[in-house]
Amino acid sequence: MREFDLAVIGGGPAGMAAAVAAKKKGLDNIIIFERDNVLGGILNQCIHNGFGLHTFKEELTGPEYAERYADMVRELGIPVETGTMVLNISPDRVVTILSSGRGVEDIYARSVVLAMGCRERPRGALGIAGYRPQGIYTAGTAQHLINIDGIMPGKECVILGSGDIGLIMARRMTLEGAHVAAVFELMPYSGGLNRNIVQCLDDFGIPLKLSHTVIDIKGKEKLEGVVVAEVKDGKPIPGTEEYYPCDTLLLSCGLIPENELTRSCGIAIDPLKNGAVVDDRLQTSIPGVFACGNVLHVHDLVDHVSAEAAKAGESAAAFVRGGSAPEGRVIKLIPKNGVKYTVPNSFTAGSLDDEPHIRFRVTGIYKNAAVVIKCGEKELFRRKMRVMIPSEMQDLAVKKDVLAAADADLEIMTEGDIS
Amino acid sequence: MTKELICICCPMGCGLTVEMNGSEVVSVTGNTCKRGDDYARQELTAPMRTVTTTVRTADGVSIPVKTKEPVPKDRIFDCVKDIKAANVTLPVRVGDVIAANVAGTGIDAVAARSV
Repeated sequence: MREFDLAVIGGGPAGMAAAVAAKKKGLDNIIIFERDNVLGGILNQCIHNGFGLHTFKEELTGPEYAERYADMVRELGIPVETGTMVLNISPDRVVTILSSGRGVEDIYARSVVLAMGCRERPRGALGIAGYRPQGIYTAGTAQHLINIDGIMPGKECVILGSGDIGLIMARRMTLEGAHVAAVFELMPYSGGLNRNIVQCLDDFGIPLKLSHTVIDIKGKEKLEGVVVAEVKDGKPIPGTEEYYPCDTLLLSCGLIPENELTRSCGIAIDPLKNGAVVDDRLQTSIPGVFACGNVLHVHDLVDHVSAEAAKAGESAAAFVRGGSAPEGRVIKLIPKNGVKYTVPNSFTAGSLDDEPHIRFRVTGIYKNAAVVIKCGEKELFRRKMRVMIPSEMQDLAVKKDVLAAADADLEIMTEGDIS
Repeated sequence: MTKELICICCPMGCGLTVEMNGSEVVSVTGNTCKRGDDYARQELTAPMRTVTTTVRTADGVSIPVKTKEPVPKDRIFDCVKDIKAANVTLPVRVGDVIAANVAGTGIDAVAARSV
């Protein structure tokens, strides 16, 4: 059986950054398994710009960002096996892989970084009535068709869901000559970043209709149109129905971390974020298995993915070289009032970074609010936040001493009113 | 006159309030960095955007392309048209000029991926 110090599952931005960081920490025998034929993951089809402002201090497109990391992987001599699907990871880190060149193979990894990313919520998970004609795509599928395959899915388009990919695709479809009638969003706020509403919708006069959803799909073989209605408390309001003829319906209705391997390995999943429960080293409930990037929780910015993944890679290197578990009490971090989830789920008092990061999302729109960390009744940390919205992940760097002062589990919460 | 903008320089998406005197920008508030100030002044006088699209090579491969600098917003479609019309043959290195002086903007469109 082939043996590796570190097996990285997935060659997207998270996997590449984890491998690079582990290598720089002195780990030599690393392998990246990637099911596509190239490194880069979803970045390869994200041809728009806006990537890398934190990591490279300049604005790059997705493929450029991916290429920079792919270059680092190559320059550091980290082996990559593309066209390779990971089928299973056992709790003792035997990884079963499948490729056309080697067939099914078991390998042993002294550490594993999970970096499988996420996938889009498909139509079947949305509960929309009507036929199942051709012409309905997730936004990312359409993005792949246009940007990688050079194929336009249609000419008259409606977009359901205002996630960033949906907004980006509204512009992309328009630039490629299609007409985008509108973007409809079930929630009363956008799921995507403000900047994308400005430069992808407003720039092209594409309306964003909040509190609206598709309630019926017309057309038996080929999509003919959709019926849209205003919604209140999750239910369509009678009398507000409008018919939009279209040949293409794009769905941008959320991303789901791709945790099949994680689950079958028996790793504990945090239902609040649909990703593994991790400690501050990003180690899962199984020793030596770490998680990062969109498989851990869905990010908005690849820069945050790279930073998080580097931490996972460094932790894997430390695990393999040191082997010893970190010392000290485990302090749980529990999301409360207004905080949807956190990464990490816990800290180990004896092995804290100088400035541990806490990443979280809020459950509503908060303006001029604060985020507070408490230990029992005692307030350990408070930061004023000008604006916090659900579509933007928050990243707090907290001083080590703050967390070290905890003598019991911590609670993190927002303070202020939802606006 | 007051205008409300959302800064698009980075994902923060700061809400900007701009005091205007006719077509002249008097003050910008709400920004958290210098770029927000610059953006507001630019956006209300001559809005600019980076254009990204793809071009098909003779071999049928799709190559991502971007304008090296932002171009005037009202020239976006002209730039896309020019880029699409470019003759590209492999191999391509990231940064290679695909369409020089695209749509007469003075800005080059370059490859965003090595193929």
